[in-house]
Amino acid sequence: MSTTAVETSSAAAGAEAPRTKSWKSTIGLGVVALLSLLFFGFGTPTGVQTTFTIARSSDFIELPSVTVPSRAAAVGLSIVALLLVAWVAYRANQYRKVGIWLPIVFGMAIMGALLTWAGADRSTTTIQLTGLLTSALFLAVPLVFGSLAGTLCERSGIINIAIEGQLLAGAFLAALVASAVGNAYVGLIAAPIAGALVGWLLAVFSTRYWVNQIVVGVVLNLLVLGLTSFFFSTVMSDNPNLNQPLNMPDIAIPVLSSIPVIGPVLFDQNLLVYIMYAVVVIIQIMLFRSRWGLRMRSVGEHPKAADTVGIKVNRTRVRNTVLGGAIAGLGGAFFTVASGLAFGKDMSAGKGYIALAAMILGRWSPKGALAAALLFGFADALQQQLGVIGSPIPSQFLLMLPYLATIFAVAGLVGHSRPPAAEGIPYKK
Amino acid sequence: MKLELRKITKKFGDFTANDQIDLVVESGTVHALLGENGAGKSTLMNVLFGLYDADGGEILLDDETRVFAGPGDAMAAGIGMVHQHFMLVPVFTVAENVMLGHEQVRGPAKLLDLEAAREKVREISDRFGFHVDPDAMVEDLSVGAQQRVEIIKALSRDARVLILDEPTAVLTPQETDELLEIVGQLRDSGTAVVLITHKLREVKAIADTITVIRRGKVVGTAEPTASQEELASLMVGRDVSMTVDKDDATPGEPMLRVENLTVIDEDTRIKLLDGVSFEVRGGEILAVAGVQGNGQTELAEAILGVVDAVEGSVTLDGTELMGRSIRDNLDAGIGFVPEDRTEDGVVASFTVANNLILDLYDREPYSKRGAIDPGVVSRNAEEQVEKFDVRTTSTEALTGSLSGGNQQKVVLARELARDLKLLIASQPTRGLDVGSIEFVHKRIIEERDKGVAVVIVSSELDEVYALADRIAVMYHGRIVDIVSPDTDRDTMGLMMAGAHGDEEEAA
Repeated sequence: MSTTAVETSSAAAGAEAPRTKSWKSTIGLGVVALLSLLFFGFGTPTGVQTTFTIARSSDFIELPSVTVPSRAAAVGLSIVALLLVAWVAYRANQYRKVGIWLPIVFGMAIMGALLTWAGADRSTTTIQLTGLLTSALFLAVPLVFGSLAGTLCERSGIINIAIEGQLLAGAFLAALVASAVGNAYVGLIAAPIAGALVGWLLAVFSTRYWVNQIVVGVVLNLLVLGLTSFFFSTVMSDNPNLNQPLNMPDIAIPVLSSIPVIGPVLFDQNLLVYIMYAVVVIIQIMLFRSRWGLRMRSVGEHPKAADTVGIKVNRTRVRNTVLGGAIAGLGGAFFTVASGLAFGKDMSAGKGYIALAAMILGRWSPKGALAAALLFGFADALQQQLGVIGSPIPSQFLLMLPYLATIFAVAGLVGHSRPPAAEGIPYKK
Repeated sequence: MKLELRKITKKFGDFTANDQIDLVVESGTVHALLGENGAGKSTLMNVLFGLYDADGGEILLDDETRVFAGPGDAMAAGIGMVHQHFMLVPVFTVAENVMLGHEQVRGPAKLLDLEAAREKVREISDRFGFHVDPDAMVEDLSVGAQQRVEIIKALSRDARVLILDEPTAVLTPQETDELLEIVGQLRDSGTAVVLITHKLREVKAIADTITVIRRGKVVGTAEPTASQEELASLMVGRDVSMTVDKDDATPGEPMLRVENLTVIDEDTRIKLLDGVSFEVRGGEILAVAGVQGNGQTELAEAILGVVDAVEGSVTLDGTELMGRSIRDNLDAGIGFVPEDRTEDGVVASFTVANNLILDLYDREPYSKRGAIDPGVVSRNAEEQVEKFDVRTTSTEALTGSLSGGNQQKVVLARELARDLKLLIASQPTRGLDVGSIEFVHKRIIEERDKGVAVVIVSSELDEVYALADRIAVMYHGRIVDIVSPDTDRDTMGLMMAGAHGDEEEAA
């Protein structure tokens, strides 16, 4: 009799505990949506139109351009954002969190309103929608690889600030090796090796010498920057044939690439993008449903528990950090061989840190990382497009756009997310 | 399976944690390993489980010498351990925790066979009547249920020797009874159970054989029929009285008044304290009982002002304390013994002498014109060490080198040095040896008899009963009821699980 009483009360513990509601994200997102409505919505003059070109001239199916009344569209998109805020409020009222999709869709809606506003009443220029999305996806590539690397490392308990360095090292070695061999694809093999090396250094310092992982990460970034810059201005500049712009052609997948809008965006890209799709899918499945994933997550959450069931904690951490480094390194190939560019000093330009933000926004899951990286990629592409059509906003502000989006996304507007419990803490017996 | 330990020795530097320990555990029996905190019980079991390497001795299973390089080996040999601090990943489901480390996979992609793990959990759970849902998140389970998950984890690996390390430290009395029942079932099914504990009641209730360890050595074996006093004196090495001598309280005027005190966790928005109100008179001890994590810690800290309350009022002798600095509150006459003495009670890397003046270092007579007077500090330290029987090599020894009991005496000496109106002590005797417990209890009662209002937070019911003049039971941030210490343990247990005292008596 008494047993049952204890049983029920403890089972209901979670639901029973008194709680208060948090309106932080509702207020934060609400302010952004209202500003969007005021500036982009009502800031657009009435009676003008924005033209979106959907298809490219090279496309199989010709789609007409879409012309919408600017003000109505910007207001409409802002109202979509406000409806999303209402949903956040509704969920907060029930003590529940919203999914990762919400901040992504919200961000897209706000940026769409911005785009409509900027493109209003420009009869000579149109907004290239397909082009915008294509470049958004392409610009997201290093972010996706970078945040996947971060996810793997942090899930196993190592904070990887060195994503930036891994990207840069990958970009460098890809350019060097591909140039030496004369084949861009060889760069895709070289890039992960460079990243893995950086990852290995991070892992060794973190697990064997218990050095503060954030400090090691930052130092590694500086080390890679210094080394690559040195070789760039010595070896590479002395032998220009070791640093050539090599191209990796786009591969159009038959049938799929002819689908309007989606086809050219998703299925007319180069090999690295297709590898990215595969890596996201594989890691998403393996992380949550394989032995490897379960063990990796256990050492990141409760290493002692993993140790007591016979899992080698530090070995698991080193392996996954090296693997993460390799993935980030592969992403580094984006900057050189996959973009048809030669290596240049500091060409990762802070993308590794944005990848870190994408990892947090994506709540340490591959599909979340993909979605968040796409949002940041979109912000980046938008900034480029606005530069082309010439917007009323000074270009310096436009350059800030991806970073503003990052700050908004990470600064708690998406609600509190929980990192792996043991990340950053060395495991000592 | 028969487990035998022969002459196990384990040293940490100069300190011998286990000195030639012999132990034989037969299958189908419960062998209690009894000893005070720090006697070396857990070390011994960690050696057995492969977490530590022994410096000497051997482990035999069914008369065959075995060497375990790590917990994996020990588990493969049929040894399971339920650790004092659960080794469960809070964000995994029960099934995932149980399968971790010996996962079954299926299909060409070798994905986890969760269904097999669920089936295993259900099967063991049904066999022992555990009622554990394989898909529940471990962090959502009660402590008792988490412990059952640990047992399932061990049994799913076919453990035939099961080590339970201080299994009842975090349980309510009812949960403890349930656990002992489970241990009985395990024994009857042929498992050899090693029960590590310092709680005599449990040992007497379930053990077939008792081995007592003191300072790393086996000091004797006893029959479960031995009296608690006999066991206790074996454990401590001298005669101890199991009860605290105290006169009836003579409560004076209300000293501390807490009204509608509410504290919220910033992250989760959960109310850790939910409108708590009570009164403590001068010269009485109010003990706050409850399973750990039901708001007791926050209550103690909110009264002093270490955590900010969002609502409510705390008055001491008519003065409102809320919104004032901790310094002011200490000066108003609060003595505070924090729950985690090594984290919050002392600065481990400071000397004993300096720890004794942490609160008054900048006042006369310890400081003059902005400089500390070392002579006064050291004289004060000598006096206090003498008065509180702190066992230390010198007052200049680092506090971190002292045993837990002696560190606690340093904290008490410091806090009781001021003129108090209110003494708040959280888990004042956690991890202390019996001798120190007696001492700490005596000092607390002395304070009460001086007319100080005393609030004790303790999750040990024995301590609550020993000290309390009134008992407040907390559950989920609220005070379930305030009762007299005559209330029996069963009722108390139910209240600790949230049931209201009166209702239970009616039922």
